[in-house]
Amino acid sequence: METETLSFEEAYAQLEAAVNALRDGQMPLERALHYYEEGMKLAQHCNELLQKAELRVRQLSVDEAGMLVIQPLELP
Amino acid sequence: MLVFNAPSILSVTQVSRYLKEVLETDDLLQDIWVQGEISGCKTYSSGHCYFTLKDAEAQLPCVFFKHARLRSSAPHLRDGMAIAANGRISLYERDGKLQLYVECVEPIGDGALFLRFEQLKARLEAEGLFDTERKRPLPSQPAVIGIVTSPQAAALRDMLRVLRSRYPLAEVILAPTLVQGTEAPASIAAALDLLNEHAEADVVIVGRGGGSIEELWAFNEEVVARAIARSRIPVISGVGHETDFTIADFVADYRASTPTAAAAAAVPDIGDWRSDILEKQQTLTGLVEDYLNDLSEQLERTRHDLQRASPQNMLDRRRQQLDETTARLQEYVQHILSLRSERLQGMALRLHSLSPLLTIARGYAIVRRDTDGTIITSIEQAQPGDTLTIQVTDGHIPVQVR
Repeated sequence: METETLSFEEAYAQLEAAVNALRDGQMPLERALHYYEEGMKLAQHCNELLQKAELRVRQLSVDEAGMLVIQPLELP
Repeated sequence: MLVFNAPSILSVTQVSRYLKEVLETDDLLQDIWVQGEISGCKTYSSGHCYFTLKDAEAQLPCVFFKHARLRSSAPHLRDGMAIAANGRISLYERDGKLQLYVECVEPIGDGALFLRFEQLKARLEAEGLFDTERKRPLPSQPAVIGIVTSPQAAALRDMLRVLRSRYPLAEVILAPTLVQGTEAPASIAAALDLLNEHAEADVVIVGRGGGSIEELWAFNEEVVARAIARSRIPVISGVGHETDFTIADFVADYRASTPTAAAAAAVPDIGDWRSDILEKQQTLTGLVEDYLNDLSEQLERTRHDLQRASPQNMLDRRRQQLDETTARLQEYVQHILSLRSERLQGMALRLHSLSPLLTIARGYAIVRRDTDGTIITSIEQAQPGDTLTIQVTDGHIPVQVR
């Protein structure tokens, strides 16, 4: 999967995996560099996601028919 | 029309002073015991304590100054407590407020509200609703956070502010409810049930901001406790201030001291994540540097090994060995030559000592026949007419045999 489309949790998990793999150390050079580049890209992506995140707030209620209604909440 | 300077009209200050004087000259009011339940108890940093004493029909503001509290070693006062307070009644002129200046306090048992609280608490505790085994762990990264509170209250804005700054990755679903008044308990329970029905939230905060014990009372009602107990979603309570404890707090999976603290407890702080990610980046860089350093060290070692094994090196070594051997050989030859030369010298000396020339020098002579160089040692060898040569020490003498 492309890094850009990963959720924060997925990207973070992969970042941890890259660090752990690199920590094990037993791998060809090309693979090590790949983990490094991937890891840095994932970290960057995680940072961007944190930067862009905005809390969504919705309100739950029950309509006249007794159905659950969920709508955006506008606060004064 | 009123006459402003008429002596029958008093200023507010004058009335207040008069009232104060009336109160303070009344012997009964100057040393009085009053019984009631404490409400709205607040102790300021000055150490002075303010509360209201009340019963079913009336209430009386009270001041318990620090020096009086310390002198009387009063018990810790809290809302709902029933006490008898001793003191004097006077007027606080600035606010036009009649109040009891408390000198000492005697607890006389739980107040009515406090009694109800204690009874319900004991009953629910006996049922096991407060057991620590019932407490569920809070999710570490909740995607959806349910909030049960009043949409109008400052508490909601406080909670959203905290969530926004700590963990904007989350989504909030508000289940609006009344948080005080007679309908509040059922409303809170219904809102919590609604969130469970919707079932999207990973954690629920039930809370409201600070208030008097009456205002917070809904959170001491059994219906609320039951709703929290049956919630399938873990519940965080955040009711009132740090010092307020409600039944809801005891049943909840996690008790936060305030709504703000509840919001903070519900989510991780992405500030921590930012530093965690930075740390991971540094770790990655460090690891890859170590890896490359290892490789280059290994390379250097191998290059060194290779150099040691190289034929050039071997040639150099052989050449050196050759040089050394040659030098040793030359030395040896020299040694042998000098030995030989010494022996030769010795032989020459010996030869010399045996030389016939030495004999000649003593007066002997050697006679040779000229024709064939034969040395003549007998008369038979010399015939008349032969030419001979006589060798003496300093030359030769030619002669002829007669």
